[in-house]
Amino acid sequence: MKNENILEVSNLKTYFKIKEGTVKAVDGISFSLKKGESLGLVGESGCGKTTTALSIIKLLADNGYIEDGKILFKDKDITKMTESEMLPIRWKDISIIFQGSMNALNPVMRVSDQIVEAIQLHENISDKEARERVTKLLELVNLDTGLIDSYPHEFSGGMRQRAMITMALACNPGLIIGDEPTTALDLMVQAQIIDLINDLRKKLDTSMIIITHDLSIITEICDRIAVMYAGKIAEIGTVQDVIFNYKHPYTEKLIKAFPNIYGEREMVESIPGFPPNLLDPQKGCLFADRCHKKIGEICEKVDPNLIKVGGKNHMVACHLWEGKDE
Amino acid sequence: MSSNINRKKVMKKGIIRFIDIFKENKMGVLGFYIIVFFLLVAFVGPLIYSYNPQEFAKGGLIAPPTKEFPLGTDDMGRSILGALIYGAKVSLMIGIFATLISVFIGTFIGIVSGFAGGKFDSVLMRITDGFMVLPKLPLIMILAALLGSSTRNIIIVIGLTGWTGTTRLVRSQTLSVKQRPFIERAVSVGAGKGYIMFRHILPNVFPLVFSNTILVAAGAILTETTLSFLGLGNPLVPSWGQILRGAFTSGAVSIGAWWYFVPAGLCVILLVLGFTLLGYSFDEILNPKLRRY
Amino acid sequence: MNLSYLSKKLSHSIITLFIVITINFFLFRVIPGDPFAMIAKAGNLSAEYKEELSTLYGFNGSLPIQYVKYLRQLFTFDFGLSFKYRKPVLEILGNRLMATLLLAFFAQLFAIILGTVIGTLSAAFRGKKIDVAALGFALFIYAIPAFWLGIVLLSFFSVKLGILPLNGMVVAGLSHPTTWAYIKDVVHHLVLPVFSMGLAICGGYAIIMRGSLLDVLTEDYITTARAKGLKRKDIVIKHALPNAMLPMVTIIAINLGFMVSGAIQTETVFSWPGIGRLVYEALMARDYPVLQGAFLIISLTVIIANFIADILYGYLDPRIKYE
Repeated sequence: MKNENILEVSNLKTYFKIKEGTVKAVDGISFSLKKGESLGLVGESGCGKTTTALSIIKLLADNGYIEDGKILFKDKDITKMTESEMLPIRWKDISIIFQGSMNALNPVMRVSDQIVEAIQLHENISDKEARERVTKLLELVNLDTGLIDSYPHEFSGGMRQRAMITMALACNPGLIIGDEPTTALDLMVQAQIIDLINDLRKKLDTSMIIITHDLSIITEICDRIAVMYAGKIAEIGTVQDVIFNYKHPYTEKLIKAFPNIYGEREMVESIPGFPPNLLDPQKGCLFADRCHKKIGEICEKVDPNLIKVGGKNHMVACHLWEGKDE
Repeated sequence: MSSNINRKKVMKKGIIRFIDIFKENKMGVLGFYIIVFFLLVAFVGPLIYSYNPQEFAKGGLIAPPTKEFPLGTDDMGRSILGALIYGAKVSLMIGIFATLISVFIGTFIGIVSGFAGGKFDSVLMRITDGFMVLPKLPLIMILAALLGSSTRNIIIVIGLTGWTGTTRLVRSQTLSVKQRPFIERAVSVGAGKGYIMFRHILPNVFPLVFSNTILVAAGAILTETTLSFLGLGNPLVPSWGQILRGAFTSGAVSIGAWWYFVPAGLCVILLVLGFTLLGYSFDEILNPKLRRY
Repeated sequence: MNLSYLSKKLSHSIITLFIVITINFFLFRVIPGDPFAMIAKAGNLSAEYKEELSTLYGFNGSLPIQYVKYLRQLFTFDFGLSFKYRKPVLEILGNRLMATLLLAFFAQLFAIILGTVIGTLSAAFRGKKIDVAALGFALFIYAIPAFWLGIVLLSFFSVKLGILPLNGMVVAGLSHPTTWAYIKDVVHHLVLPVFSMGLAICGGYAIIMRGSLLDVLTEDYITTARAKGLKRKDIVIKHALPNAMLPMVTIIAINLGFMVSGAIQTETVFSWPGIGRLVYEALMARDYPVLQGAFLIISLTVIIANFIADILYGYLDPRIKYE
């Protein structure tokens, strides 16, 4: 690779056509990901996190399309690739772990067969070799290898998620995207999966994008965080910078909405108002009407750009910090 | 009663929105127009084109189409076009009334059984299963033969045998509606069972029942046609099925008198298609899994 | 496959059978009119003769007693005597049943294959021209009465073109020199009725298959399959279809009654000597024992077929296999 960035997203705009018009689900986001780095994508429901992930692997619904922008994966522009050009890239280079729903795995196929299928789609190896690799991977994720030929419904939620992770690792991809990987699990199992992911981060140098609305997970398994709001990035930086030195009012509210088990007992704050309508977005900053630090007309008229605010590549899109940037 | 006024407003809004979505559904609109067409033929047709099933030998027997008889004549010399126009009303009316009986029974049993639950529900469903397994056509044939072939009996017989599908559907809907919190609230407030079933469950079950009704109607029309064809209908009432029976028994098939049996069949197909298209379009609109953007 | 599922389905079938037997019994007892009107055609019957007939056909005694007698007769496979033919009903049923099973088996096979293909094409290419064509075809076929299709095909292929026989299972009165000649004759007569009946019932299957497949295609594991980089064709065939076929199995079973209706109509139009046409003939002749027997046999066939379908489903769906 020319530079050390495995993924570079520039000004990505993904829209959806519906009967009433066009929904601007993702409206101009840019970020990059280094090899081995783990980025967390956090925000409310509907802020565009999943759409971003699906845009990267080009698995949008029929009415979704990339309107503008570039996605460079290992210096190759994948935005313009056709479906058949994407097929070899999927899973081999970029794999994805979905929310651990009951039906994320095919109920009438054995788990082993599904993972072997993933491998054999991209590599020319025998059934026996593929199965051996599956067995090794299962060990890696702490699943009993004797269960390799089970059907998905015989697994518990946590085990299914481990199986999904196994499958995602099967082709040794450069980038794994986790879309709410722990949301459907109960807390004890969540903790186990988080430990597993951290373990894998140490052992492999796979880059990761973790999508979630749960800030507590992000802090444990990510190097950097991007806070998304209404299809745009509000703030992006290292976990240290964003969590402990937040700059964007939305980030502040998000962090304050999480009760601190160690700190004083404070009232948990919520964010007043509703998420904006992405069908007909208003002018100016989309957070303006819910913002408690609005500075005036400029917030309602001009859409703020991402500017550097110090730290390690800490950037924020907020008029508050314009002029204070470095 | 402000709650009543709000109810009506919400319902009206819902219906308007439904109609908006429906207008976009090509399949449904097509079905709708087909049904309207046949309604016109059935009710306005006789006013324009006169036909009397009692007048025989107006034209030749099983004669091919001419200017005077655009669709030829049947085995008694009567105009087939006339029979088709007059038959439209019969086929439609029998189908619709029989459907109303089936859906009424089905909805009633479905809601009561689903709401009651327990042993009562199990027993009722076992019996319904038993009915479902009974071969429908032989049963209808036997009942029709035993009770006599008056139009009223035909309607009753078709109605009494077509409720099982509706029952299953309504029952499963009822079961899922029963779980919802507002039902529990109604019970805790002291609402009687009948009130809950009628005022709360029925409106929530209704949209599904509506699309199912249309599909049941399609089946009822087909059944009446088949019954008449097999000779179990009322020979004095000229439904499309009766025309087809005449074609078959008079040997029109073996002499290739297509005008006798093809138009009547096409009418049945078209009308049933109309109902099916309409019914499935409703299903598409109301079933979120099938919805398009 | 596990025992509890099997025994549950078996007991279900037996209970349903009893319900059917009971309904069958009452059907012919609570009807108005004189059951012996047929026999009494040639003048009035004396009271003693009527009494004899009543005993012979099990019509005397109170209703519960009749019911018990009826059950006992069934257990010894005594279906009574035909009013019309004065032969044991069972004998008459036997021959006819074979003919119908032959017709129904091939028609069903044809319908399932054709219906599955059309339904799959429609769902897999949803919104495109293939979908409109396939769905349109399926809906159109579904709206066609089975007997009408038979009439039209008959008039075209048999009357106009003259390439296929007009009626019956074999050429009437012809004696066949070899078994092979007999088989050839039957097949020759089978073509049109199978095609007619198969076509008539495939519409329903196509629509159900389409619905089932559309449902399956919205499931999460299909998204996973897409993310793995599978081609669309492979996704449909390897992942979607195996799941979509499962409810089809159940629904095919439920629709078997539909097949009976198709058989009655087709057999009537093509004069096929099956049990469907027997129902029609017995009805016209008011031959109640035959009617009752035929009705019971048809119901029994449907119950057995349902049971087989349940077992097949239990075998195919791993979620049931191992519970």
